[in-house]
Amino acid sequence: MDASVSSKAIANTFEADVREIVTVKYVRTAGKSDAVAGAQPSLVVEPGSEQELAKVLKLANAAGLAVIPRGGGTKLEWGNRPERADVILSMARLNRVIEHAWADLTVSVEAGCTIGKLQETLAKHGQRLALDALWPERATVGGVLSANDSGALRLRFGSLRDLVIGATLALADGTVASSGGKVVKNVAGYDLPKLATGAFGTLGVITRAIFRLHPLPKETRTISCVTEDVRDAQRLVLAIQNSKLAHSALQICCGGEAKPRVDVLFEGTEAGLAAQVEQAKSMMGSTITDAGKDVWSAREEVCSAEKTGNAEFAVAKFATLPAQMAETMETIARLSVAGLRRNIVAQATGVGCARFEGEASAIDSALRELRAEIERGGGSLVIAHRPAGITTLDAWGNVGDALPLMSAVKQEFDPRRTLNPGRFVGGI
Amino acid sequence: MESRIVDELREIVGPRGLITSREELHTYECDGLTNFRVLPRAVLLPDSTEQVQKIVRVCHRERIPFVARGSGTGLSGGALPVENGVVISLTRMNKILEVDLSNARVVVEPGVINLDVTGRVAPQEYFYAPDPSSQSVCSIGGNVAENSGGAHCLKYGFTTTHVLGLEVVLANGSLVHLGGKISDAPGYDLMGVFVGSEGTLGIATKIILRIVKRPECVRTLLAAFPSTNEAGAAVSDIIAAGMLPAAIEMMDNLAIQAAEAAVHANYPNCGALLLVELDGPAAEVAALMANVEEICRKNNAWEIRVAQSDAERGLVWKGRKAAFAAVGRISPNYIVQDGVIPRTALPNVMREIGRLSAEAGLRVANVFHAGDGNLHPLVLYDRRIPGHEEAAEALSSRILELCIAAGGSITGEHGVGEDKKKMMPKMYSEPDLETMQRVRCAFDPMQLSNPSKIFPRPRLCGEKPGEYVAHPLETAGIAERF
Repeated sequence: MDASVSSKAIANTFEADVREIVTVKYVRTAGKSDAVAGAQPSLVVEPGSEQELAKVLKLANAAGLAVIPRGGGTKLEWGNRPERADVILSMARLNRVIEHAWADLTVSVEAGCTIGKLQETLAKHGQRLALDALWPERATVGGVLSANDSGALRLRFGSLRDLVIGATLALADGTVASSGGKVVKNVAGYDLPKLATGAFGTLGVITRAIFRLHPLPKETRTISCVTEDVRDAQRLVLAIQNSKLAHSALQICCGGEAKPRVDVLFEGTEAGLAAQVEQAKSMMGSTITDAGKDVWSAREEVCSAEKTGNAEFAVAKFATLPAQMAETMETIARLSVAGLRRNIVAQATGVGCARFEGEASAIDSALRELRAEIERGGGSLVIAHRPAGITTLDAWGNVGDALPLMSAVKQEFDPRRTLNPGRFVGGI
Repeated sequence: MESRIVDELREIVGPRGLITSREELHTYECDGLTNFRVLPRAVLLPDSTEQVQKIVRVCHRERIPFVARGSGTGLSGGALPVENGVVISLTRMNKILEVDLSNARVVVEPGVINLDVTGRVAPQEYFYAPDPSSQSVCSIGGNVAENSGGAHCLKYGFTTTHVLGLEVVLANGSLVHLGGKISDAPGYDLMGVFVGSEGTLGIATKIILRIVKRPECVRTLLAAFPSTNEAGAAVSDIIAAGMLPAAIEMMDNLAIQAAEAAVHANYPNCGALLLVELDGPAAEVAALMANVEEICRKNNAWEIRVAQSDAERGLVWKGRKAAFAAVGRISPNYIVQDGVIPRTALPNVMREIGRLSAEAGLRVANVFHAGDGNLHPLVLYDRRIPGHEEAAEALSSRILELCIAAGGSITGEHGVGEDKKKMMPKMYSEPDLETMQRVRCAFDPMQLSNPSKIFPRPRLCGEKPGEYVAHPLETAGIAERF
């Protein structure tokens, strides 16, 4: 029997076994729309429980098949193209909010639940997961955790690593393991929820997560102002950061020929907000615009996977020091001279997103140069979306001296490289 | 230890950086949890990352287990030496290396004292938020190992929230950088796993911290309630009203008596005392404080005071922060327990603690980070009375079992260390613990860095079914197979 016949036999046996586990209804042949960054899987499986999921994973692992976990599929093209893709493990049926312990400000939720549905449930008791993830109507808890996606609210409430307090992982060998718990304060054992956050599903499939929650704000106010240039915008952002204002979000938006805009969000009681807005206005000077709440969707616009017209585009996430933001934005402007359009949103944390539109080859060289410049300053540039033809550009860039350790962790958790092979840093 | 190894270690740290005499070694035989004691073979006092690396390389080559130690204030035996091992004390690595105000970062060596970070940036009105009660003596390196909390972590988060990057000497002596001054470095969040790993994954030799701007206004309210039930109800109502105070602390009558005897904080003598601190913009704090007062009154608080000055605030906190030590005034011996429960389980758990306490004939004083459900029951006993100590230990364990049954944790901030590893299987299943140890095996396959802590049964790395081959840890008598 030659190798291809034998692998086909394995796949057939696997498919039959999986049908036994999840029933025929929840196994289907993968179509073109199931492709991941150009890699075509053959099967889509939708387990109905954690136990089913673990069994499927264990079988795939034993059969040497590559598994791509999928939530809402909103960020599937982030990361590198998978080396192999056999099975899409859909989380669609693991979508329950298990327990909203509102009096304890915690929630336990299955990974396939969308952020939108979660927030809706929490809002019934005046609470929220203090996270403004991209595309909440489609993005799932597990996907958002795995991609470590956070927005402007991070400035005040931290990113996912600060909000997740417990997680259950299904490992490639079928082990189901929980760590953390449903109390906010807990130092018993290693903090595996943090390890799974941002791991791109390469260590295990997140099946459940527990989050700490925050009350929904009573009132919110957004004020914006137009600045002279990015240096001016950064000065203002640093001044606000260095003030005693208790803002929840602070960002710089700049794109095209428009002057950079600074947006600041306040949340609290009416009495508290009035005084703060006054103080912020005095710092912002005379160019205050009434941009309204919509400014906070800027990140979704920049990161959108939709083409504007026919132009190719790329989306990249950059991380720099807060005081290096202007420099980074200037670099982006300089690199965009060659006929590229750009759109940038940068949070006061120093983390931001940039969008380039234009010729694929011009985008490619701009990204490479930008990464080199940012990495020289100790930061990073991660590619979320790239034009179809650009395949040699690594999504992650330099990982530093901890890469061997990361590979060792991967080896312990997924020695057969079953989960998302090749998509993460350093070929993990 | 063989003299050639001692000579080699002396060569690395110099004669003043090596302790081998029995009398001096006694200083290091335990940490803040004094009922476990092990004499190390030697104590090393390196003053640079390079020296730490060299020491660890020798340990790795010779298969000598090592335990890193900061100020030794830990309460779970995390810095307890291991048999035939050495202690690497980091107290000489105590420099603040960099203060970067525009990015709100401070870079320190591990021996820097927690409060000294705030001390350095206070003139510019910044502070380092994690504030364990021992903050005037405990080290940042120790805080990183234990993921220390403190009263204000309800709002500000724990050590892990405020650590951005680490330089770590791994158990084979190599140096790695996890995280950095800039957030969101690509790759696994190994820093997130390292913080709180209790010295089992390596030694942090440089730590990048985030500092926080001082709020415009801080107000502390003290409310006296007839019992912990009413105080607990007030806490629930504060949370339900959508407020997130900087801190909510509770003390029961016995703890109040102790604090009074020790520091004369001028606390009212009541069934339970609630301390609520709000901070932020003045107008916001004023509005919310009125709300808190009203909630306390509604839940039968019979005395409410709001500290008006920094001095008054300081006194209010002094009583709370001194509470553990203060119990020494009312009992010759006591066990400090650290457990966590979902806040809503408080009335039940308190009732059960009361029942168990009566049953055992031992008093229990309760000090409680009420906002995040972190209980510190102090079990009072007298070692001179036969059977008392054992009864106290049994009661203390029973309380932890209550916490687990309520869906909580066996430790909120003191760590597992040596003390609570036997409780780990009660909180986590075997696959949970086995999965955690996969991380351990990736970082330290020989298990030389603080072995025998946290996990009741060390997983032998590279364990594969098949013919029995003795692991180096087995031959060294550190681990055994079951």
